[in-house]
Amino acid sequence: MKNLLKKLTLPVLAFSMALFVSGLLVAFSDSQVLALKGKPLSMIAKAFSTAGGAYWALFRGSIFDPSLAEKSFIQGFYPLSETLVAASPLILTGLSVALAFRAGLFNIGAQGQFIAGAIGASWVGFTFEMPVVIHAIAAIAAAMLFAGIYGGVVGLLKARTGAHEVIVTIMLNYVAGYFLLWLLSTTAFLRPGRQDPLAPEVKTTARLPHLFGSELRANLGFIIALLVAAGVWWLLQRSTWGFRFRAVGANAAASRTAGISVGRTTTTVMFIAGALSGLAGAVQILGSEPAMTAGVGGSFGFDAITVALLGRATPIGTVFAALLFGALRAGGLTMQASTETPLDLVLVIQALVVLFIAAPALIKAIFRLKSVDAGQTVASKGWNG
Amino acid sequence: MSTTEIRSLSAPERRRRRGIITMGVLGLFALALFALMPKEGQPVTYSFVLGNEWVLIKEWIINSKTGSLIFAAIALASVVLAALQFRARKTIRFASSIFGVSFLMSFLCWAAAGKFIPFTGLLQGGLLLSVPLIFGAMAGVLSERSGVINIAIEGQLLAGAFVSGVLASLLHSNWLGLLFAPIAGALISLLLAVFAIKYGIDQVVLGFVLNVLVIGLTNFLYKKLLIPYQDTWNAATAFTPIEIPLLSKIPLIGPIFFSQSIIVYLMYVVVTIIHISLFKTKWGLRTRAVGEHPTAAESVGIDVNKIRFKNVLIAGAVAGLGGAFFTLGAVGSFSKEMTAGKGFIALAALIFGRWSPLGAVAAALIFGFADNLQGLLTITGTPIPSEFMLMAPYIATIIAVSGFVGRVRAPAADGVAYKRGGGSH
Amino acid sequence: MSLELRGITKRFGALTANDSIDLKVEAGEIHAILGENGAGKSTLMNIVYGLLSPDEGSISVDGKVININSPLDALAAGIGMVHQHFMLIPVFTVAENIVLGHEQVKGPGFLDLETARKEIARVSAEFNFDVDPDALVEDLPVGIQQRVEIIRALIYDAKVLILDEPTAVLTPQETDELLKNMKKLRDKGAAIVFITHKLREVREAADKITIIRRGKVVGTASPTASQEELASLMVGRPVSLDVDKAAPQLGEVLLTVDQLNIHDHTGRALVKGVSFELRAGEVLAVAGVQGNGQSELAEAMVGLQEHVDGKITLAGVDITRSTVREALHSGIAFIPESREEDGLISSFSIEENLILDLHDLPPFANGPVISQSVVAENASKRVTEFDIRAQSAKDAASSLSGGNKQKVVLARELSRPVKLVVASQPTRGLDVGSIEFVHERIIAERDSGRGVLLFSTELDEVVALADRIAVMYRGEFIAIVPADTSREELGLLMAGVKR
Repeated sequence: MKNLLKKLTLPVLAFSMALFVSGLLVAFSDSQVLALKGKPLSMIAKAFSTAGGAYWALFRGSIFDPSLAEKSFIQGFYPLSETLVAASPLILTGLSVALAFRAGLFNIGAQGQFIAGAIGASWVGFTFEMPVVIHAIAAIAAAMLFAGIYGGVVGLLKARTGAHEVIVTIMLNYVAGYFLLWLLSTTAFLRPGRQDPLAPEVKTTARLPHLFGSELRANLGFIIALLVAAGVWWLLQRSTWGFRFRAVGANAAASRTAGISVGRTTTTVMFIAGALSGLAGAVQILGSEPAMTAGVGGSFGFDAITVALLGRATPIGTVFAALLFGALRAGGLTMQASTETPLDLVLVIQALVVLFIAAPALIKAIFRLKSVDAGQTVASKGWNG
Repeated sequence: MSTTEIRSLSAPERRRRRGIITMGVLGLFALALFALMPKEGQPVTYSFVLGNEWVLIKEWIINSKTGSLIFAAIALASVVLAALQFRARKTIRFASSIFGVSFLMSFLCWAAAGKFIPFTGLLQGGLLLSVPLIFGAMAGVLSERSGVINIAIEGQLLAGAFVSGVLASLLHSNWLGLLFAPIAGALISLLLAVFAIKYGIDQVVLGFVLNVLVIGLTNFLYKKLLIPYQDTWNAATAFTPIEIPLLSKIPLIGPIFFSQSIIVYLMYVVVTIIHISLFKTKWGLRTRAVGEHPTAAESVGIDVNKIRFKNVLIAGAVAGLGGAFFTLGAVGSFSKEMTAGKGFIALAALIFGRWSPLGAVAAALIFGFADNLQGLLTITGTPIPSEFMLMAPYIATIIAVSGFVGRVRAPAADGVAYKRGGGSH
Repeated sequence: MSLELRGITKRFGALTANDSIDLKVEAGEIHAILGENGAGKSTLMNIVYGLLSPDEGSISVDGKVININSPLDALAAGIGMVHQHFMLIPVFTVAENIVLGHEQVKGPGFLDLETARKEIARVSAEFNFDVDPDALVEDLPVGIQQRVEIIRALIYDAKVLILDEPTAVLTPQETDELLKNMKKLRDKGAAIVFITHKLREVREAADKITIIRRGKVVGTASPTASQEELASLMVGRPVSLDVDKAAPQLGEVLLTVDQLNIHDHTGRALVKGVSFELRAGEVLAVAGVQGNGQSELAEAMVGLQEHVDGKITLAGVDITRSTVREALHSGIAFIPESREEDGLISSFSIEENLILDLHDLPPFANGPVISQSVVAENASKRVTEFDIRAQSAKDAASSLSGGNKQKVVLARELSRPVKLVVASQPTRGLDVGSIEFVHERIIAERDSGRGVLLFSTELDEVVALADRIAVMYRGEFIAIVPADTSREELGLLMAGVKR
């Protein structure tokens, strides 16, 4: 118990610091606050109420909204359902990045792999006629296969030629984005009668069922994400594959010397990481966004990196970090609508959280702590690693 | 025991041979697809006059099939030249550049059949598009040569663009805006330097997070201040081009290089200074030393982290200055995420150019030109979807780091935090 | 100039690397600091040179206490150092390396290498060093690289010169040459600190000897002391310097290597036309100065080198193109040169390190699942058998001492069915106790009918263990000679002199 408390100290403090700094940003970019320049006391009061208002909206938009609950109690949890919807793909892409991290690979390519998965799920979802369940499984399989290959190529290139995965994945993200854009201009993918890039909706046979009735959007995707997180934990901690992944991640040279094929391991890891991001794309398409647009990727791939970093590259940490960021995403929309605080504040909070998390020394210095459990620090290697 | 000297090709030689074979295949491909496949040729018009430079040739009209054929033939001839020089164990750089240019021209004749190509404008636009890439890549050179990976180029560019645009608007002075752009970039670098050097945080992770931070901040402020109060916060106008007397009159060269805004001229200065300093000065020697073998540098009394700190700050300033090009060098006002991933292409140019200043400039120019060509062909209409042209720089980079262009080697200690007394060597 | 250390103490966490060390080195003497690996010699010298800061104690030069916070202070005080791992930048030229940190400039900061070239020529001429100022350091043999370091110290007018294990990379003849030059410098009035664990060299060159054991000064000795006396002072108990072994019981030919060539990825030849045979029950030791292709040859035995041609046959089976895994499973135990980098995963537990090679095979794995209990059982067995001193087998390997790390590697590699042991520098950096353990184990393997291919740059080790000695020079086996060949002859062979 004491151990757990110690483990939580750093993330909690980092999150509080991030909220504090972002609060300053909200308050002091507000015209009403700035207008009180001459009167420091009322300025501070106004600053507090502005930032407080924004954060209250953030909470209302992500957990529970009393005004919605007036109609029916369950409706009050509409925001929480939105949080789960936003968190599901984040858990999966976060796991994708975390898994690669554990094998010593920095997968910046979750974005591209997510798009590859979305393409696969969307294509199978709107093209074929299949019975329920089977259709969804087929769409998910296609998504994971496409994205797995898209990720596996990175591993293969690294294994064969030493091409650094950070560079290759960054580049492949752009390639995937443009490819999707092109695809949505072809007759196969463009919805009949439309000019803007929008694919046909996936058929209802392929959709993921809702969890709490049709009014709340939370769907099976969240359960899938949790199960996959458990699966990734098992893979890493209990299986021979995971042993190799961790071995190669911790010391590739020693692994090679002991007879482990580093190249094959790298390729496998990147394939699985890709498949996980692809699954996230499928969950997004089959669960909440049945018509694929050019912007389907959103910033899931990039958020995934902050999620994995915040979750210390462990499956359980990733789940919690994804829930937190999912809540920020969902709440951010309400905040934007009701308090004129742009959604992009969420990005600032995310970046700051990770920055503070990554620098335990800084947190220690700020709060004058003797020791915090910094846990496993996530580190990639230089270009030559 | 006897020595058996096995005469086998070294890896660079094998790579060069692979390069020649690739060029040969591409040349034949150009011949077949561009020159022989089309049933009939159409006239292509190249226009060479852009402004008021001296006129040498005004226009050049050529049949597309004939043009493709001529240039494909030149390309193939240069492959032969390359093969001969390979035999003679000489460098094939000259032959490959000829190949590159003629292959492109062969492609252009085919793609623009029946169209009008403002040739000078194409090159000028290419240079303009490569300006932020060059600044960004120089920021990469400065920081990575001293051993700190700079993924935050994108953020540094964006910060420079934002601050220069906003301050130019608020203070009603482009010059003041331009002055603050490097400071903005350096501030982002300060974060990079403090966290990476002082706290030893992983540099790739850190650079990535800094990009998110800058994107978040600028988007936030853009929506909160720049849109509602556009007249005061976001009303800057771009610098007007300065024509250098005489030089700007030279046909082709003049309008491309010497009729540009102040930021482009600053770029020439920055590139020249960085290239010369890196290889000829005390600062350059020390920079390269701490990037290659920090422990050795420390052992002769060099303060490794101080040099890295300084270099990272200068790098940020250079990228910040490049960021001003997006606003003050082009359109004046700031718009959301206007750097649009150029920082990552700059990173690609840095790697493509093998961490050397001039190599990075060459790569940035190629990327800029490809980008502009793509834009032009999208407007005039071509057989190739524009999205694929847009992908080209990214795919080229993947090919480059995969060793087809040579084994790309980063500075040995790039990305490795240095702690006194705990050196890795 | 004299150098005096008083009460120098340095701690790394729980470990006290230097414990209140006093030392006085006078001008015009060679003062040897003798101690086994891990005794704290290098830490002490890194403190003197400003690369580490002491927790307690003071350093004075010519009776005046000085503050040394960085190498810059040390250099300013006239202290120069030749490092064990050379502090040279491989992609720089000799001249660039020498001016680094002391650059002369002309105009607005432009480098002036001319003065440096002249200085290099002057010092080279004085000491008969043949060094080209414009050669790239990475192209130079290690012996020459060391000269570059010496030249650098001399150019900057070092009055106190610290040489940290300088003979480790040299042939016996090069060593003699170095000792001669050290004496020459001493006669010119320099104070020389000579750090080593090699008794022979100490007795030959030192004027005074200070012995360090476990971070403490345990005594001084005169160069006339016998090797046995010095050794027992160094280790703290009587040590037998010879390895007890019976005559080899030779079996069938086990390993045949035929015309083996190895290239690096740029196509440069690292190993050229190596052929030899190894019988069961025999130790073939490959001697040579570091960097003559031994590391690559050792790696090629288990498929760790990429560009290999020729033929390697183990017990009748061609393993030239085998993967590492296949090679290991065909009956090779491989002790890599660097246990930190290649032997162990330091963040993994001892348990996990013991099954790196067999983690996916029964009994450790049941299908895709690793059986935690079998892994733990295996670990407790190995820990006992190989006397691995650890708190718990679940501790990370990084918590172990060097000797225990090597025991983990040995335990893992010798627990498979093994026909051939390939050991690369198996005792490098170990304390004497661990060295004895490794040596006994190697002889035990030989006596149980396995073949041993031993790579070592330590001539003492080669002579002590070998049944036959192959000398490697510039990628070739320049000769294979009997174990009783004289050191002098071996030294000449190591320098490439064939008769």
